Amino acid sequence: MNDKTLLNVKSTRRQVLGGAAVAAGVAAAGTFVPTRFAIGAQANVKIGFLLPYSGTYAALGHNITDAFKMRVAELGNKLAGRGVEYVMLDSEAAPPKAKDNTARLILKDKCDVLVGPVHSGVAMAMAQVARDEGTLTIVANAGADNITREMCAPNIFRSSFSNWQSTYPCGSVMLKDGIKDAVTITWNYPAGKQMMQGFKDSFLPGGGKIVKEILIDFPSVEFQAHLTEIAALKPGAVFTFFAGGGALKFINDYAAAGLQGKIPLYGAGFLTDGVYQKAGAAANGIKTTLHYSDALDTPKNRAFRQNFESNAKRPADVYAVQGYDAAEMLRVGLEATKGDLGAQDKVVAAIEKATIESPRGNFTISKAHNPVQDIYLREIVNGEEKVLGVAHKALADPATGCKMA
Amino acid sequence: MPRTPLPIYVLLALGAVALAVYPLFGDVFYVRLVAKVMVLAIFAMSLDLLVGYAGLVSFGHAAFFGVGAYATAALIAKAGIADMAIILPVVLVAAAVAALVIGWFSIRTSGIYFIMITLAFAQMLYFFFHDLPFWWGADGVNLPRRGLPRLAFGDTVILDLSDRTVFYYVALACLVLAFALLTIILRSPFGRVIVGIRVNENRVRALGYNVQNYKLVAFVIAGTLAGFAGFLEASRTAFVAPAHLSWHESGLVLVIVLLGGMGTLYGPILGAFVLVMLEDWVSGITEFWLLVMGLFVILVVLFLPNGIAGLVSTLAQRLRPPKPDVGKPVEREVEAADV
Amino acid sequence: MRAGPIGMDFSYYLIQILNGVQYGFLLFLVASGLTLIFGIMGIINLAHGSFYMVGAYLAYWLTGVTGNLFYAILLGVPISVVLGLLIERFGITFLYKRDHLYQVLFTYGLILVFNEMRSVLWGNDVHGVPVPDLLSGAIPLTETQSYPVYRLFISLVCVALAACLYLVIQRTRLGMTIRAGASNREMVQSLGIDISRLFAVVFGLGAALAAFAGMIAAPVSSVYPGMGEHVLIISFVVVVIGGVGSIKGAFIGAMLIGLTHTFGAVFVPQAASMAVYAVMALVLLWRPQGLFGKA
Repeated sequence: MNDKTLLNVKSTRRQVLGGAAVAAGVAAAGTFVPTRFAIGAQANVKIGFLLPYSGTYAALGHNITDAFKMRVAELGNKLAGRGVEYVMLDSEAAPPKAKDNTARLILKDKCDVLVGPVHSGVAMAMAQVARDEGTLTIVANAGADNITREMCAPNIFRSSFSNWQSTYPCGSVMLKDGIKDAVTITWNYPAGKQMMQGFKDSFLPGGGKIVKEILIDFPSVEFQAHLTEIAALKPGAVFTFFAGGGALKFINDYAAAGLQGKIPLYGAGFLTDGVYQKAGAAANGIKTTLHYSDALDTPKNRAFRQNFESNAKRPADVYAVQGYDAAEMLRVGLEATKGDLGAQDKVVAAIEKATIESPRGNFTISKAHNPVQDIYLREIVNGEEKVLGVAHKALADPATGCKMA
Repeated sequence: MPRTPLPIYVLLALGAVALAVYPLFGDVFYVRLVAKVMVLAIFAMSLDLLVGYAGLVSFGHAAFFGVGAYATAALIAKAGIADMAIILPVVLVAAAVAALVIGWFSIRTSGIYFIMITLAFAQMLYFFFHDLPFWWGADGVNLPRRGLPRLAFGDTVILDLSDRTVFYYVALACLVLAFALLTIILRSPFGRVIVGIRVNENRVRALGYNVQNYKLVAFVIAGTLAGFAGFLEASRTAFVAPAHLSWHESGLVLVIVLLGGMGTLYGPILGAFVLVMLEDWVSGITEFWLLVMGLFVILVVLFLPNGIAGLVSTLAQRLRPPKPDVGKPVEREVEAADV
Repeated sequence: MRAGPIGMDFSYYLIQILNGVQYGFLLFLVASGLTLIFGIMGIINLAHGSFYMVGAYLAYWLTGVTGNLFYAILLGVPISVVLGLLIERFGITFLYKRDHLYQVLFTYGLILVFNEMRSVLWGNDVHGVPVPDLLSGAIPLTETQSYPVYRLFISLVCVALAACLYLVIQRTRLGMTIRAGASNREMVQSLGIDISRLFAVVFGLGAALAAFAGMIAAPVSSVYPGMGEHVLIISFVVVVIGGVGSIKGAFIGAMLIGLTHTFGAVFVPQAASMAVYAVMALVLLWRPQGLFGKA
């Protein structure tokens, strides 16, 4: 997954948003807004993005960034009256570089706020530095449970999800569908295991049985041998988590091995998000749980998707929502102190109390700083994603080990 | 032992002094960056012993770097040990054992085989740390800042590596020591044999030396020093991940050695410095900086085969009156390879 | 299922063997080019995996344009050959007299360039390539077990290619030169054979084989940015096991690795990746120059 190595930094002035108005607005915010003469007389808020802009996860990084900027542009390119400046740094999804990169954003680029990574390993390294330096940080994707569990800190928030959260409701869903035993299959890495744990936490107590847990070397995509095994085991269902290229290949291989329609396939939403369109008919019938769905039919979501698509010239997805909400969380916090980040405890308190109006539906923030949100059940029907309903209302992560909670 | 021109020693001493006073006035971020450079430099120097002196092109040197880092992490995170007096010996022994085993297999081969076998072993260790649940998996592990290595007598803490300034000076001291140690090794009879093997293996064998043993010892020394660099890196970032052992890391350190100039001990230091600074600079300019870096590596290979040290050395030679004839052909070959 | 899949029947093992062999065949296509380039040109080419990646992206792109994977392959292979020849002519040429170290670093730089060019041309997204309709079915073996036709097709095509390669190398004049070059490069040069043309042919052939492997694998492996590097490292292992310069060795090595990986993944999932390298270490312990390499 990490195919870039040599060097690790990228902070360019390129304008990511396609929409001319937004781009011009961002440029104006970055360069022309006088810092001393504006009412409020404050310098710009400097926001550092540590996101993958190269390699496998680049699309995610760009969507988070663009949606964040879109929200700020909607607010007139100001947060609580202050202009906004951006620094974009390529995380390359490379954990060993995360600490140096985070330090660069805080110490060299003097960022006031960090908007965090896609990759969980990067997130954990980043969170540690951010905690030491006390910089306000919003994790805009990485789902590692630890970030809002034992590693939780007052200055660290998450606008996305915890891995546990995205799969916990699926166990009950499968039991309701009458499934009694299942094979789980995922990559052998922390995110995969945490996703499986969430599933097991509801499936096993409800009387479900797990026939076999298959772990595949990350990021290998040689599924064939395991699919053969699944075919021989004939479980009631398969529960899985893969994402990106692995997800696409898994869905295709699953169908090609003749399992589609014979053994129902369930998973965390990332299995199909951004993937089902490419998988075509092979994705039909897959049921997943996630805190968002492209197909959510609410005015807020429709407006968001339309807006994003006309700005960025590509469809919005769950990652864009998380970036958009990160900006909204920051707005709520900053407005409580009229833009003063120095009073960090007040900023933090305001975000903790807020109800965030999001395209995914309104959510609140837990004591451990993770969203308390509805998890939807979705299904791919005839090549389209359909929302079957809310699988779990206002689900909070258990936040085990978080001393704040 | 090939001679390093005197002016270069003067420059190196000045450089060390500059590094020593830099934190007094330098920007916090760049002080951090220089600490990173120094750790990388020690790592690259250890590889240079193999590539530049013994003529063994290892494409899996990151394995030992990673073993050192993981040994440090295991003691800190699994056993709660922060005492450097325990950590350091364990790290060195672990890296040395890994180097002994891998070296024993690898030195039986040469050329392309050696390159690929060292690569394959590094991959094996990569997956060892990547796949076994004991080692925290693909995302690596964060070490608690308070648990970082320290040296204490009784209750008095002498060195605490979690303190950035302390770490900086420890790294600087280690860099100087590593340089001195390798210089001594290379000037010893052992070092002369090592260099002789690269120049003409058969001749050294004909002189009655057990070439394989000499190679193996060089491999173990290099691996141990790389493990030590891994210990420093784990202490510096308080983070360890399988990516420390990836083949990209092995490639990166080879680039540093070549860029700086192999076969000189100061070359890798220059290489680390230039590459890290280049990273800090180029990446801010263009979106396609990896393309720039790729082309940069290609250009260095084509037009700067002796690295920066080659340039420096040539310049230093020009400042001196021409030398009298050097003498025997073999020595001249060594000299030529040293630039 | 630690102690092995109890109750797994004959068809289960048959499918797993087919899986391993099919993976091995793909590795063989990549590794055979790698081993020829090593053996004949004396070049260690890290960028070889990039041809595999380029092939897969070409398959994705051209399938989109032409609507059919077969047309994509017909168009894509010549493109890869041209690309290979250009790189040989304007890059690799400079490395023939240089130390392996320089070859490693030069081609390492090439990987970065390839990746960035890929990012510029095709972006960083993951893509699927549809299996041609003709081959999209599956052969049912039991109630739930079946084997995809397309995978069988991959294996058959690879068998045909391997046979062609064998015939070319054993029976033609070009093959004779290649064999001679692999066993003694200087000799061939001194015999007045146009070595630079031979090198170009070998490099172009290697590029074509790797790119073809990427193309034919695209429907089953999907197309993603880091795909070249994974294949590259495993192909190295195959070449080392088989012995540098030996096509036969590459074949045996590829099968060995394909089966080891497949059965390793089933029986010892946490050590499957290591198992591949352990096999290599064992082979080298026995024969340091590989199974069919020259001492």
